[in-house]
Amino acid sequence: MTADKSVSHVSRRHFLAGTAVGAAAGIVGFPAILKAQPKSIKVGILHPVTGPIAPSGQQSRLGAKLAIDTINANGGISSMGGAKLEPIYADAQSKPDVGAAEVEKLNEAGVSAIIGPFASGIALATTQAAAKHGIPHIVDVGVVDQVVTRGLTNTFRFGPGLSKIVDTAMENLVTLNNQAGKPAKTVMIVHEESAFGAGMAKTLNEKLPALGFEVVETISHANPTRDFNNIALKIKGRNPDLLIPSNYYNEFVLLARTLRQQKIRPKAIYAVLGGAASQYRFVQEFPDAAEFVMDCNHWFDPRNPVALELKKKVEAEKAFFSYEVFLNYECVRLLADALERAASADRGAITQALAASGWSNHFMPYGPTKFVNGQNVGAAPVNTQVLNKDIKVIFPTEFANAKPVFPAPKA
Amino acid sequence: MRNLTAIILFCLVLLPAPLLIQSDFWITWLTLALFYAYLGQAWNLLGGYGGQFSFGHALFFGTGAYCTAILQIHFGLNAWGGFVLAAIAAGLVGAGTGWLVFRYGLRGSYFALVTLAFAEVFRILANSFEFTGAGVGLLVPLQPGFAQMQFETKAGFFWLLLALVGACLLFTYWLQNARFGARLMAVRENEDAARALGVDPFDTKLRAITASGAIAGSAGAVYVQLFLYIDPNIAYGPAMSVEALLVPIIGGLGTIFGPVLGAFALHAIAEIGRLAFGDAPGLNLVLYGILLVLMVLFLPNGLFGLGKVSFGLGSLRRLFKGGAHA
Amino acid sequence: MLELSILLPAILNGLTTGAIYALIALGLTLIYGVLHIINFAHGSLLMLALYGVFFLHSLFGIDPYLALPIAAAALFAVGYGLQRLIIGHASHGKDENILLVTLGLSVIIENLALYLWRSDTRTIDTPYSFEVVDFGVAFIPVPKVIAFFGALLVAALLWLLMARTDLGRAIRALAKERQGAKLVGINVEHIFAMSFGIGCACLGVAACLLLPSFYVSPQVGHAFVLVAFTVVVLGGMGSFVGALLGGLIIGVTESLGGLFLGESLGQLGIFLIFIIVLLFRPTGLLGQRA
Repeated sequence: MTADKSVSHVSRRHFLAGTAVGAAAGIVGFPAILKAQPKSIKVGILHPVTGPIAPSGQQSRLGAKLAIDTINANGGISSMGGAKLEPIYADAQSKPDVGAAEVEKLNEAGVSAIIGPFASGIALATTQAAAKHGIPHIVDVGVVDQVVTRGLTNTFRFGPGLSKIVDTAMENLVTLNNQAGKPAKTVMIVHEESAFGAGMAKTLNEKLPALGFEVVETISHANPTRDFNNIALKIKGRNPDLLIPSNYYNEFVLLARTLRQQKIRPKAIYAVLGGAASQYRFVQEFPDAAEFVMDCNHWFDPRNPVALELKKKVEAEKAFFSYEVFLNYECVRLLADALERAASADRGAITQALAASGWSNHFMPYGPTKFVNGQNVGAAPVNTQVLNKDIKVIFPTEFANAKPVFPAPKA
Repeated sequence: MRNLTAIILFCLVLLPAPLLIQSDFWITWLTLALFYAYLGQAWNLLGGYGGQFSFGHALFFGTGAYCTAILQIHFGLNAWGGFVLAAIAAGLVGAGTGWLVFRYGLRGSYFALVTLAFAEVFRILANSFEFTGAGVGLLVPLQPGFAQMQFETKAGFFWLLLALVGACLLFTYWLQNARFGARLMAVRENEDAARALGVDPFDTKLRAITASGAIAGSAGAVYVQLFLYIDPNIAYGPAMSVEALLVPIIGGLGTIFGPVLGAFALHAIAEIGRLAFGDAPGLNLVLYGILLVLMVLFLPNGLFGLGKVSFGLGSLRRLFKGGAHA
Repeated sequence: MLELSILLPAILNGLTTGAIYALIALGLTLIYGVLHIINFAHGSLLMLALYGVFFLHSLFGIDPYLALPIAAAALFAVGYGLQRLIIGHASHGKDENILLVTLGLSVIIENLALYLWRSDTRTIDTPYSFEVVDFGVAFIPVPKVIAFFGALLVAALLWLLMARTDLGRAIRALAKERQGAKLVGINVEHIFAMSFGIGCACLGVAACLLLPSFYVSPQVGHAFVLVAFTVVVLGGMGSFVGALLGGLIIGVTESLGGLFLGESLGQLGIFLIFIIVLLFRPTGLLGQRA
């Protein structure tokens, strides 16, 4: 903030100098002086950094901040004379109505675009509020399908939506099972009860039977669930080959820990958007409970040097390199690419540039971006597995850096 | 009469706001403040005038919200129709819980806790059934325009809420002077004494909770059109219940303008917190909490208590004159 | 589903989880019984205690069970101070002011924690984290077995304190008859603060017994505060034995409800019991008639 103030202060002095010169030499010198001082481009960074989903919101903000710092350090937007990105941080407080109100505030502040807001429920509200002002809104996570199916032309989701994630997860599960000689037939689903887990369980229940899996039981649980011993009991009783959990971090940690205590080892724990299965924090704090857990989730291309460098930088900040961080990092870079091509901070121009985006310089396993109805059609999740206390990519093969271990070895 | 003039003045002053204020942010700010004032007015009716402290007004808010969303999505009902039915449904829920709770004579903290439990029961139920969208929630289709209560401009919602708040102010004004209001306040002060005077406390409280529920339910219906999304936590979670009770208590319990004052004050405090510590997550809410505690410590009768002497129009005029002299 | 092999372990699980609820409710019931206030900050204070235990473990390597006296003493001090300096001055003769002030305090504590320690979920790893006790029908994690007996012990100690000490007699006198207690020379302010402090000290103990099998985050209090209220009402506001019994009953209800109705819908059982008790026996199982 202070740095920015000094910039505008300088430009004001230049401006005054310019008028003085202009008075002497005619009006000609005026625009040149204005152009020499690149204006900053205001970007709204809107996440739930307080309230129940603050952990994800704070990680998201970190990712966006790191990207903006990097872009500014490397000379800003060159097509706009090195204009810097100026983040304006906003807090949705984990509530859709607050998120929508914050969009109004960002609009007043004159942002050129908004990035955020992690949760689907908030995204539904913020994209709509932004649409009224024609503000391009890049959705970082917000996986629920309706985020991009309401015909809002300002909404762009860089990452994959729920249906795509479930489809990929199922496809990879079948491949995995076939490769191992079909050891898995029965499945149990344990999911959290809000939009994301419940939506997931519904789709899984529709798809799994057609793929030759029998869903023996689906258990929905509250957030927070204080004790997982009963769920563990049920799992023990049903003895499924596969366990598919879909929950937030806290609940996943408790579930994994309880399974370990109760010595329950299905042939695989195959999470879909698992809350912790591809979180380095979980792997570091509970290496034994995490080992062999598989997850279908947002993940970076593990061979990309930019991603690995960013991972080091995030860890240097004493944070964990989670999907919230790298998705937001890439969303900012996606916006920067659009700004380069639009060469303008105008909302309409940026929206057009985003819609025509074919950005390939990112480190996600997506291919060049291509937006159809606001969804980046190349976006896809990957499958990871915790192997030797590290998170490895096992599918798709072109990005994989490890072979899957399935079924998991018995203790 | 003074109160009536104040109500009319309040509405007249705010009426042209969308035309005078260019900033959409401030219009939204005012709209949300009015929304919470409206919700607080619902609570004030039962809590402020009736002395029955509910910790679970989300029960009514959520019922109204779900009612209008379900009718609109599954039955294609018009949003204005949904608004009316939402108020009726929430009023019925109010009557039902009231009948049960007052029949068994629950008062004070017992009443507070039982309303909280009812809201939780509804939250769990909404989470479990298909027609409420279960945990996924319900998404109301975007159909901008007056016909579906989704206005093209920000001003539309502002005027709608101003009209609702104004109507509630008039209703409360009527209540203070009506026989029913006198009965309700008698019950608040001392139930046994009221009974001795021939007031039926059960009947009186039942009417109050029904009306309070209906108003909170209609607030829920407006919320749904404003944000087009509802899920069990937004609808029945404790956040809305807390908001509903904070507003009138801070503003002044059992006063006509208490909820309006409280809503504007709380919103202003939250905004100040965000302006001061916007980039430090948490600190803004710490400031909010501190101001809340300070207000309780130093303004035990709410904001309205502060201005009781000097708030009348006459004294307001005196205040301005004094200012001119200085 | 009605096999004994699953029913018995479920009941055992419910009992051990219920013991934790009881521990948290013990403090709440004491505060309610004496001060007649619904303490909305109870969950936040539990969270504060959990962070204390977490940092004692991660910074100084102190085992949560050894941290017990430190946590209890620290929380006692916090509780005593809060009541003496803030809550005691807030009422101005109105219950709603106390409600607001505890609500405000919980907002402050929770968000201060969010600001200072970020929102991350934190867990501790102890040598016994994955150890279980084999009860024949079920494996129960060691930390939960310890918590169960800890809850029994704390309830017994509280009962002794109230029944056998001068402090306990003063607290009971104050709870029954405020004016009378004042007349016989009891320092009301001090005894109120002592009650609040002891109630909070229970949270310190609860935190030590809970952390090995749980986690801490700024939001963690919400997970327990509603259940704790339920337990207090069920047991009878102000009754320790009632709180213990109530905790165990709620634990088993939740466990069986989850078994028969599913974990999500099963939570319904807790609130239905709550409502039914409030309607038909508002004094709770062991509470005294007001």
